[in-house]
Amino acid sequence: MTALTQSVRSLWDSSIGKKTVVAVTGLVFIGFLVAHLIGNLLVFVGEEAFNHYAEWLHGLGHGAAVWVARLVLLGSLVLHVVATVSLTRQNRAARIAYAHEDTLRASKSSKIMIWSGLTVLAFIIFHILHFTVRTDAQLAKIAAESPYQMVIVGFQNWLVVIFYAISMTLLCSHLSHGFSSAFQTLGFSSSKTRSLLDKLGKAYSLLILVGFLSIPISIRIFGYGS
Amino acid sequence: MNLTLKVWRQAGPDAQGHIETYPANDIPASASFLEMLDIVNEGLIAKGEEPIHFDHDCREGICGMCSLNINGVPHSKEKAVTTCQVHMRHFKDGETIWIEPFRANAFPVLKDLVVDRSSFDRIIAAGGYIDVRTGSAPDANSVPIGKNIADEAFEAAACIGCGACVAACKNASAMLFVAAKAGHLNQLPQGKPEKDKRTLAMVRAMDDEGFGNCTNQYECEAACPKEISADNIAKLNRDYLAASAKEALV
Amino acid sequence: MSTLNSNVPDGPLSEKWSRHKQNSKLINPANKRKYSVIVVGSGLAGGSAAATLSELGYKVKCFCYQDSPRRAHSIAAQGGINAAKNYQNDGDSVYRLFYDTLKGGDFRSRESNVYRLAEVSTNIIDQCTAQGVPFAREYGGLLDNRSFGGAQVSRTFYARGQTGQQLLIGCYQALEKEVQKGGVEMYNRHEMLDLVVVDGHAKGVVVRDMVTGEISSHAADTVILASGGYGNVFYLSTNAMGCNVMAAWKAHKRGAYFANPCYTQIHPTCIPVSGDYQSKLTLMSESLRNDGRIWVPKSKEDAEAIRKGEKKAADIPKEERDYYLERKYPSFGNLAPRDISSRAAKEACDDGRGVAASGLGVFLDFSDAIERLGEDTIRARYGNLFQMYEKITGDNPYQTPMMIYPAVHYTMGGLWVDYNLMSNLKGLHVLGEANFSDHGANRLGASALMQGLADGYFVIPSTLPNYLATQKPGTVTTEDSAFKEAEKAVKDRIDSLMAVKGERSVDSYHRELGLLVWDKCGMARTKEGLETALVEINRIREDFWKNVRIPGSAEGMNSELEKAGRVADFFEFAYTLCYDALQREESCGGHFRSEHQFTEADPEVQSGLLGAGEAKRHDDQYAYVAAWEFTGVGEQPTLHKEELVFEELKPSVRSYV
Repeated sequence: MTALTQSVRSLWDSSIGKKTVVAVTGLVFIGFLVAHLIGNLLVFVGEEAFNHYAEWLHGLGHGAAVWVARLVLLGSLVLHVVATVSLTRQNRAARIAYAHEDTLRASKSSKIMIWSGLTVLAFIIFHILHFTVRTDAQLAKIAAESPYQMVIVGFQNWLVVIFYAISMTLLCSHLSHGFSSAFQTLGFSSSKTRSLLDKLGKAYSLLILVGFLSIPISIRIFGYGS
Repeated sequence: MNLTLKVWRQAGPDAQGHIETYPANDIPASASFLEMLDIVNEGLIAKGEEPIHFDHDCREGICGMCSLNINGVPHSKEKAVTTCQVHMRHFKDGETIWIEPFRANAFPVLKDLVVDRSSFDRIIAAGGYIDVRTGSAPDANSVPIGKNIADEAFEAAACIGCGACVAACKNASAMLFVAAKAGHLNQLPQGKPEKDKRTLAMVRAMDDEGFGNCTNQYECEAACPKEISADNIAKLNRDYLAASAKEALV
Repeated sequence: MSTLNSNVPDGPLSEKWSRHKQNSKLINPANKRKYSVIVVGSGLAGGSAAATLSELGYKVKCFCYQDSPRRAHSIAAQGGINAAKNYQNDGDSVYRLFYDTLKGGDFRSRESNVYRLAEVSTNIIDQCTAQGVPFAREYGGLLDNRSFGGAQVSRTFYARGQTGQQLLIGCYQALEKEVQKGGVEMYNRHEMLDLVVVDGHAKGVVVRDMVTGEISSHAADTVILASGGYGNVFYLSTNAMGCNVMAAWKAHKRGAYFANPCYTQIHPTCIPVSGDYQSKLTLMSESLRNDGRIWVPKSKEDAEAIRKGEKKAADIPKEERDYYLERKYPSFGNLAPRDISSRAAKEACDDGRGVAASGLGVFLDFSDAIERLGEDTIRARYGNLFQMYEKITGDNPYQTPMMIYPAVHYTMGGLWVDYNLMSNLKGLHVLGEANFSDHGANRLGASALMQGLADGYFVIPSTLPNYLATQKPGTVTTEDSAFKEAEKAVKDRIDSLMAVKGERSVDSYHRELGLLVWDKCGMARTKEGLETALVEINRIREDFWKNVRIPGSAEGMNSELEKAGRVADFFEFAYTLCYDALQREESCGGHFRSEHQFTEADPEVQSGLLGAGEAKRHDDQYAYVAAWEFTGVGEQPTLHKEELVFEELKPSVRSYV
């Protein structure tokens, strides 16, 4: 077993190994976001459909499935953050800045990955406290009766909506670089697929942005559900 | 033409460096960038000052020795050229030009614009070769190699080891260099027996030298004077993961 | 004057090398690691020697002035490497490659060496392919060849236009592999400033660390110089900026003979000089002459109008153009050999019909080829060369003809060596362009890479034991007084350079020397010109030592000091170069003495074998290698002759009409 742990250790210690962790966990989130979005969009079908979905989800596998998913997501999140923060620190240590900096190709999104990522992290913490743990007792009460109403009420707060919008925009930016990047890191990208993956990533991140933003905007600005 | 130069001056490896401003006057538009620096240096020598030190040798874009960051970009913003192939006609009269050394902690400055790139040699020494004893080779035509594979290997082998990829990367990552070198040898039948060993050794040597990590921004590809594709990086990632898995499990 | 023994083995030409290998001494594996070898230079010759000797078990120290062995100037070779593989089934053989190389060298090279070169050429291709050198291939997966430099068979292996680069990278990787294994200690950014001779044997070097300025001594059982050619004595050349004669010259001053320095190769297709700030010349591949037509206007008036920018090439009607190569050499036309094409361009320009702004340039015109084949075909064949030309000159060769002019490219002369590649100075071995042995008075295209690798991979590993076996390993250390003396001499020379504190830059002197040598000892040489050069070289050299300015100090990195050391040696060497040219009262290959050319009175001209104005050899008097012994700076060296014996081929007149 020592040889195996040794190998895992050296993989984690290596540049490519850590990036692989980032890519794999990133792909977990890319998959999760799609599922999460589809579920959330049920809000537009109506209260019954949405609540039914919530009930189904929590009952799946006698209630175990949602906890398995939560553990996988939490684990991925921790690994993704720990690895990227460590990589970023190494990257900063690897070079001092030019007096006159310029770039030829790097996208804006790619330059702010750590900041978009950390903002999204803050959002995730807030989001879990808001809608999953429900630290707001009043909202918790509403949620116990109707998760649908929790969403409607939860998005009445302007501050929540604005923070949500900012976070989704940065998430979109994060994904627009992260999506194709994950495939590059895992070695699935080639001269034939690179630009396709890049376009797919842009389309995907735009879809995520529009999809998730549509809910608070409909609720807060267009008064959906009230 | 008349120009203003903003040049990094640093007396030695341990000295504090700074940006110095020099006028470059009466520069012929047909001069190369390095000849422009020669002219400026003639002026400095005439004044009894130390000339600006920079690395250069073949001055025809193949040895990989010249290594200037010009206006924030290695080898200037012109596509697919080395510093020595940049000509002054691409600059405007009156322009201010920033000239700095290639920056990376793995490329320490030795003097002014001269940096130490021996870290690249050490990466090659770690495994960037095919181990074939002189005289033991079979007939060159005994192993046919498809033209497409030979061409692809050549594209990667065109690397001149200048380090522009590192200098262009905000993380000072050497992935394009390592990927080009490993990619060249890994895809040839001759290089297959040592493929895993080579890949692991080169990547580990790269990490040990203190280069940063690739964040897939492809600045390296854009700055590479030989236009080496970042697809090689994907290939290296793949080869490295496969080699690691084999090392761990097989 | 004495006669040199080249130690060529007996027997028929085709068996000499195998017999020699059989009769050569061997050193057993356990003993090899007791022997140490110093290699100066890390190009194809030095790098391959260092790697191979380390593989065999010797302890190797390798020095190069660049920041990495991968940057040696072998890297810049474009065209390819010859080998007698006969993969094309077009009748090539070792003998034919030998024949072409010897004839191409104008019968001024050593027959046995040339034959050996042709013989081992095939092993080189095997070795390099196994190392992963990506030579061009056909669709079936086998290696491709092309015809190069006017050869009648396709024997040139190539890797696009970067053959030298790919070969050097292969060699560099082999070298780094040995560095990792501990067999080679690599010293980058170290320049050899003296050779150390102990009891008549080369036993070490004194080097300067170009980063710290530190001077250090290194001892070994033998020294191998593979430090390249001396083309930069002309200041402008296609050589890299750092190429220099220092290592060879220091060895010469310590007793090694310098052979045939006047054999210099001028390449016809280079981009013309555009101004006095110019630092180097760029070679355009010779392959351009396959489709480009070379011309100048017939009239001086038209030429002058072009120079002033009043007329363009297109304004000169066909009948007013002089396609001089096609006119003079109807059967070879624009593909005439390098020396002949170069001289013809010079003649046209000397006649006042040059077209570049400086007057020194001729047109290389693709308009006929574009009309015949279409722009796409021309782009497919020469796209990258056209691009390179446009990058440098700003002119688009698809629309306006290229301008070209000859430039110094390669030097056939070098330190004298015997069949074992050992100098007359025992223990000193010289490989690659730094020696004189294989190319005679003119080198054929794609032969330089072949020679460098032949020497390093295959010759020296077999011949070195012949010397080493006579030596007890490790007997000489840097404690020997010869090292102290050499170190002191090196430091004194640096101190005297720094102490001049004059007014003029090193480059200005180098430029002045280069221009003088180019004028008097370039494409055409005369007795009078060479005599003037000898006086002038000494005059400028003395001025250099009184008035050169080197800012900074000898400690740490100082590029001006590095250049000054090299230029100081170029001054001393230039004298020997011109003296050799003066002494050689004949024309052969790259050495053209205007006094010795065919005239209308010669039967060869009358019979139409060749035209008036062609180079005229005097085999009865000059069929020898001129190996010069150093007698003092700026003083006439002493001649030692190696008579050239042609057992196999009878020297004949080179005719390209």
